[in-house]
Amino acid sequence: MAEFNLALVDWSRAQFALTALYHWIFVPLTLGLSFIVAFMHTIYYKTGDVKWKNMTKFWMKLFGINFAIGVATGIILEFEFGTNWSNYSWFVGDIFGAPLAIEGILAFFLESTFIAVMFFGWERVSKKFHMLSSWLVAIGSNLSALWILIANAWMQNPVGMKFNPNTARNEMVNFFEIALSPTAVHKFLHTVSQAYIIGALFVIAISAWFLLKKRHIDFAKKSILIATIFGLLSSVFVVWTGDGSANDVAQTQPMKLAAMEGLYNGETNADLVAIGIITGKDSNKKVIGIKIPGMLSWLSFRDVNAFVAGVNDIVNGNLEQGIIPTETRMEKGRIAIDALADYTVAKRTNDMELAAQKLSEFESNYEHFGYGYFNNKKDIVPNVPFTFYSFHIMAGLGFLFITLFIWLLLASLKNKLEKNKFLLKISVWSILFGYIASMLGWVVAEVGRQPWTIQDILPVQIATSNLSVGSVQATFFLFLGLFTILLIAEIKIMLTQIKAGPDEGGKNV
Amino acid sequence: MFNNFSYLTLQQYWWIIISVLAAVLVFLMFVQGGQTLIWQLAKNQKDRSILINSIGRKWDLTFTTLVTFGGAFFASFPLFYSTSFGGAYWVWMLILFSFIIQAVSYEYRTKANNLLGTKTYDIFLLINGVFATILIGVAVGTFFTGSEFSVDRMNITNVLDPAISRWETPTHGLEAAFNIVNLSLGLAVLTLSRVLAMLYFINNIDNDKLVRRASKQLKLCSVAFLVFFLLFVDLVLTKDGFAVNPLTKEVFMENFKYFHNLIEMPIVLILFLIGVVGVLYGIFIGAFRSSGKGIWFAGLGTVLTVFSLFILAGFNNTAFYPSTFDLQSSLTIENASSSKYTLTAMSFVSLLVPFVIAYIWYTWRKLSARKVSEADIANDPMKY
Ligand code: HDD
Ligand code: HEM
Ligand code: HEM
Repeated sequence: MAEFNLALVDWSRAQFALTALYHWIFVPLTLGLSFIVAFMHTIYYKTGDVKWKNMTKFWMKLFGINFAIGVATGIILEFEFGTNWSNYSWFVGDIFGAPLAIEGILAFFLESTFIAVMFFGWERVSKKFHMLSSWLVAIGSNLSALWILIANAWMQNPVGMKFNPNTARNEMVNFFEIALSPTAVHKFLHTVSQAYIIGALFVIAISAWFLLKKRHIDFAKKSILIATIFGLLSSVFVVWTGDGSANDVAQTQPMKLAAMEGLYNGETNADLVAIGIITGKDSNKKVIGIKIPGMLSWLSFRDVNAFVAGVNDIVNGNLEQGIIPTETRMEKGRIAIDALADYTVAKRTNDMELAAQKLSEFESNYEHFGYGYFNNKKDIVPNVPFTFYSFHIMAGLGFLFITLFIWLLLASLKNKLEKNKFLLKISVWSILFGYIASMLGWVVAEVGRQPWTIQDILPVQIATSNLSVGSVQATFFLFLGLFTILLIAEIKIMLTQIKAGPDEGGKNV
Repeated sequence: MFNNFSYLTLQQYWWIIISVLAAVLVFLMFVQGGQTLIWQLAKNQKDRSILINSIGRKWDLTFTTLVTFGGAFFASFPLFYSTSFGGAYWVWMLILFSFIIQAVSYEYRTKANNLLGTKTYDIFLLINGVFATILIGVAVGTFFTGSEFSVDRMNITNVLDPAISRWETPTHGLEAAFNIVNLSLGLAVLTLSRVLAMLYFINNIDNDKLVRRASKQLKLCSVAFLVFFLLFVDLVLTKDGFAVNPLTKEVFMENFKYFHNLIEMPIVLILFLIGVVGVLYGIFIGAFRSSGKGIWFAGLGTVLTVFSLFILAGFNNTAFYPSTFDLQSSLTIENASSSKYTLTAMSFVSLLVPFVIAYIWYTWRKLSARKVSEADIANDPMKY
């Protein structure tokens, strides 16, 4: 039975990861490109220059191709909470459902209504209303990012709720604490700004390719200039918000931070790894490489002398630093779970005295509740190397993007872009690295928080639906096949449209 | 204002919102109905293109309504979300697959190098049109017929086997399609969506030939719709229903429960009748006078009728998601809802809905000011 459940949870995770990653191929581009289209549309509105009109149409067309498949991959994520994480949907649905509903009401309708005006409004609505529609699409898509990220941030740092023993679920007690939690703010700012980088790199890559092919020179140079300015600002912002995120992780998810830094044994005055690899076996694992002294302590607690907990400290406990051993938490968690069961029985049999006693036992151990589901203290450790490398590649690329944007800006301003073949070639490939950084960001955030669905409250294996492994396997492969075919179709269509070029505003070819 | 509402009032308020969303969704499924008609009404590629571009400007609206319906259900009745979606897994998955293939089809169907070819994308649209409507109808049918599941919240304290909601049939929802009540509702939704699509075409397209064909088809399809719809209404009003004892919260079977609900809630009865008459009148003026206004009468009628059906399923001490496996596991708007705090917070958000409807309406009018015609599409760089 136990093994059977493990296979189920693994396939459910695989399916969620698969569908989320596919969604994430298209989402950042929607978020970023929508603003670039709005900028260009505004310039056209102000100048009335037909060149800008054609540019707007060209990028809008690519936006539409990407948007359609973004929508197709999005619907499944929403319903998967119910279909595959049924226990989760009840246990925290009181809190988690709200942002999802608000997203639909406030953001998706805005996006989908004005996207129709944006695409079909050219000859049908006034120029001003049309231009405004482009902005509303950009705002709408970024609003949808806001709400889903609030939901996701809440799972990393559950606040604003209280467990109700009578309904056996967590219930919301403070909406604003959830919506404005620092974790949510950091997540939103970091995620949208990295999406603007993707949007910028996308425009730069295509324009650089035109320059290499000596086509549409004027169009390409203008596009690059706009995208570079946008990208440079965003990439500086990404590093800043990334630092904010890391700081937040240190406070709320110490195990994730330890995994990100490959920190097995905690230190005061801990060093930040700039570049490094993980070596050693079992309990002797450590990171070797170039380190910045004291920086990790500063990053985590804004104090170079602060203690940063390592994986082993959290698993085995470190009483000197006030860290409770995981085994103790597991015991207390089990007490909480059993007390909840006894409380319910006592209430059913009308034994109010026992019920009150069990309730207080439950409440005093509730902070360890989720740990009660584990049998082995090592189970609370995520995949450290995967998290570590993902984090360092993402952050490293962040600094490289800043360099690239500065370089491009200088070349643009000096009007030397066309001659610099090397820079243009790098630019064409840069979009791929943008996607790599973006995907790895989610790996850091999601793999780094395993095994929790809700930090310290609900482990993944308790969150699943009561399904047969076969059903989930079947849908997994259906998704894999279908999404892959659609992705190939999207890429082919996209490349064909790009090759056709921006003349006449990227009409159907 | 919502702060002063009782818990029950909030639960009813949210069931009303869910019912409105469901009702609007069924109306907007004229897009799906239209997708099943592109071969029947159009005899050549040009005509097909007109039809597709006509519904194509609305597909995202239907899609978004479905998504919002799901989100709102999750936020207000999470136990339904976890029980039904996780349990009737295959029905929902098939519905979702059919929407995934729909979402890309409009955008990709006429683009060069689209891998699968226009025909495949049009078949995707057909699949979505047929399956989504029937299966959504079947799923809603189970509100009246029940499903085999059990719910025990305390399973969460069972470390080895913590599932709260369990589906008790291995077919995970597909069994619902073999029930005559569910099936008749499914087919009624399919045929209704086709009827609405034809009325929409008559309203939205500037092409005599197509409008004439739509008018003609409309008559046939309306007869089919009426047969399935009346069968469903007859079966539901005469069957036993899942009643709740308001004091003990115990669920029990009551003869003619849904008929009683209709009589005991006269406002719902009136809305239901106005709705049915509206649909019939819309069909009549569309079919015999080729009037473009048909879609508005039939559309509003659809909204009222579906709304009333949802109210019948959930109000007046009725279990809206009954379990035939264990009657006491049945879901009611009281035992499946979110906490009072969440419902209150969400109620404030719901105040924005009229604003959303207003801008949707405004842009719809703007974009449909000129009808869709051959010339219109030929000049449109963004055409599907
Ligand atoms: C940071 C942004 C972001 C993130 C983390 C997610 N999404 Fe997303 N989603 C978008 C940003 C977005 C978007 C940019 O707004 C999309 C992409 C293309 C589009 O049409 O809108 C979208 C589309 C989209 C749609 C289709 C909407 C429509 O009908 O127009 C749904 C149902 C979801 N998403 C649901 C989800 C769920 C349940 C997620 C998490 C598990 C999720 N998205 C992650
Ligand atoms: C908000 C609700 C979310 C839930 C319930 C959730 C749940 C999960 C679960 C259960 C896994 C599997 C974990 C594993 O096997 O390692 C996972 C992984 C993942 N999720 Fe999330 N997630 C959520 C949000 C998101 C969002 C918004 C995204 C981004 C689009 C995302 C991206 C990922 C990624 C990239 C993985 C990594 C996959 C892996 O290697 O397993 N998740 N998530
Ligand atoms: C120096 C640069 C960067 C730093 C310090 C940084 C830091 C971080 C941290 C700490 C997280 C985890 C947050 C959490 O788990 O809650 C994160 C997540 C993420 N990062 Fe970065 N990052 C940087 C650059 C980038 C770049 C260049 C991209 C993409 C182009 C990117 C994309 C993401 C994404 C998509 C996530 C997941 C969403 C989130 O949790 O906010 N990051 N980043």
